[in-house]
Amino acid sequence: MIGYFLKNGLDARVRLALVVILAIAVLVPASNLLLPESSPFHVPTYLVTLFGKYATYAVLALALDLVWGYCGILSLGHGAFFALGGYAMGMYLMRQIGTRGVYGDPVLPDFMVFLNWKELPWYWYGFDHFAFAMIMVVLVPGILAFVFGWFAFRSRVTGVYLSIITQALTYALLLAFFRNDMGFGGNNGLTDFKDILGFNVQADGTRAALFALSCLLVALGLVLAAAIVNSKLGKVLVAIRDAESRTRFIGYRVATYKTFVFTVSAMLAGLAGALYVPQVGIINPSEFSPANSIEAVIWVAVGGRGTLVGAVVGAVAVNWGKTWFTGVLPSFWLFALGGLFVLVTLFLPKGIVGTWSEWRAKRKATPPSDAAPAPAE
Amino acid sequence: MTEALAANALLYLDDVKVSFDGFKALKGLSLTIEPGEMRAIIGPNGAGKTTMMDCITGKTRPDEGEVSFEGGSIDLTKLDEATIAELGIGRKFQKPTVFESHTVEDNLYLALKSDRGPLATLFHRLSGAEAARIDELLATIKLTARRSDLAKNLSHGQKQWLEIGMLLAQEPKLLLVDEPVAGMTDAETMETAALLRRIHESGKSVVVVEHDMAFVRELGVKVTVLHEGGVLSEGSIDHVASDPRVIEVYLGR
Repeated sequence: MIGYFLKNGLDARVRLALVVILAIAVLVPASNLLLPESSPFHVPTYLVTLFGKYATYAVLALALDLVWGYCGILSLGHGAFFALGGYAMGMYLMRQIGTRGVYGDPVLPDFMVFLNWKELPWYWYGFDHFAFAMIMVVLVPGILAFVFGWFAFRSRVTGVYLSIITQALTYALLLAFFRNDMGFGGNNGLTDFKDILGFNVQADGTRAALFALSCLLVALGLVLAAAIVNSKLGKVLVAIRDAESRTRFIGYRVATYKTFVFTVSAMLAGLAGALYVPQVGIINPSEFSPANSIEAVIWVAVGGRGTLVGAVVGAVAVNWGKTWFTGVLPSFWLFALGGLFVLVTLFLPKGIVGTWSEWRAKRKATPPSDAAPAPAE
Repeated sequence: MTEALAANALLYLDDVKVSFDGFKALKGLSLTIEPGEMRAIIGPNGAGKTTMMDCITGKTRPDEGEVSFEGGSIDLTKLDEATIAELGIGRKFQKPTVFESHTVEDNLYLALKSDRGPLATLFHRLSGAEAARIDELLATIKLTARRSDLAKNLSHGQKQWLEIGMLLAQEPKLLLVDEPVAGMTDAETMETAALLRRIHESGKSVVVVEHDMAFVRELGVKVTVLHEGGVLSEGSIDHVASDPRVIEVYLGR
């Protein structure tokens, strides 16, 4: 049953993307670790980490495409689930610091010592165990999404109203995590990580492994998302997107379906956040900022919503552009991003991948040029 | 007496009242549909036809009155749309509503009677029996040639038929069909009348709401005339057409 379900996800486009992603997952770390720095094929560590970060963004974009592209739920707060996964990982990494912190407290992270806290708050318990932290990485975003979805979708909140509430959700979390007495490091967040599962987070080998894992997560996320959208459930999601009340009058409980896909998507976003944090070395409340979630929507729009592979392409392409642009003209990036969104909406409404497959389908459909009608004189 | 009426009826509405912000859409509507009956419902705009359908299918809760199904055993006013659909009441909207970015056969596939839970659909495989049923439905609605086309590329009339096909796929006991021939050519209208008669002959109860008198005449069934939220007249098409109150409503006073 599960085998059939997953096999269903492996359509031609996904298979091609998997080959490319898995090749990158092997070749980039290999060139970084095995080739000498003088070699023209050597990938420097900073690039490995940079692209590792893009890969986690690609997973966030996939998660968003699943709800937006296929079920029409435009979430402007998906960054919240990404950040929550990141915080769960950050809490594990903080507990690994031990006595190596500035204050040398074996249990309390530095910021708690600084705030004169005497003991670890209860919600930090268990985060010294990697397995527990990993469960929380998917469980916390999943539960939040489930509870949010339960209320929002059952009350039939749709369209821009839902988008606005998701935006408010991430903003509320931003404000909450800013507070020192929340116990998540306030403004500064969690940082100064030392090691993960005993490996130094700064070491080339660890960074290469995190890169490879991030690529693997993209691959897994892609197969899972494709299996979902190719299943009958996926067809129901598209039906909800196209004609919600028709779907309801056929007998499907729309709210249940929306809550299901929203929760799965949030869990995937949480996993992405968990791999993001050890690579960038910090998680702070700014990850909850509404602008981040909106940027993720633009990645999906640029790559092509409702194509899955497009979400991955869009996330990498836009972030590559961002890295380049912020190097050249840092203060104009937001204008460029806004302009990009307008241009894509006007001239490339199906995004890169959507336009590409449409063009290919057209080429296939039109007979070779000799059958084309002669141009009028 | 109402008890006895309800006990034999498939669908039973008694003294149903609905108002929206003071506007009384239904003022004590009573209606009984027998098992296996086909009924045409006509009435001018604002007579309460669509509100009546909303009450039956769980979209609108009546302020007062009884709406029950299957001999009064099921109170429809307490249930949501999805539950009512699963009980066996299918509804076609006034504006043809199909899943535009799905193929014609996928539209039917989604509508086929089956477990509607998310886990069941996630792992669902199209069975041979389901495929055969889809073939059969495609033949019934005369869209076999278009099965792999996206529903958005169908003509207006074909979308109407596809939606009727989706209703049939649910294996309902009662079909509520709202203005099935609006915007159709005369030939399509006659074709649709024949389709609805075939559905009725296969043993299902059908309620058709329509403006088009020629179409209603073609159906040749009992007619109920609604006006201002209540029943104005009921009987054969010739009976209601000669009723002076109906003439007054339709021709203006």
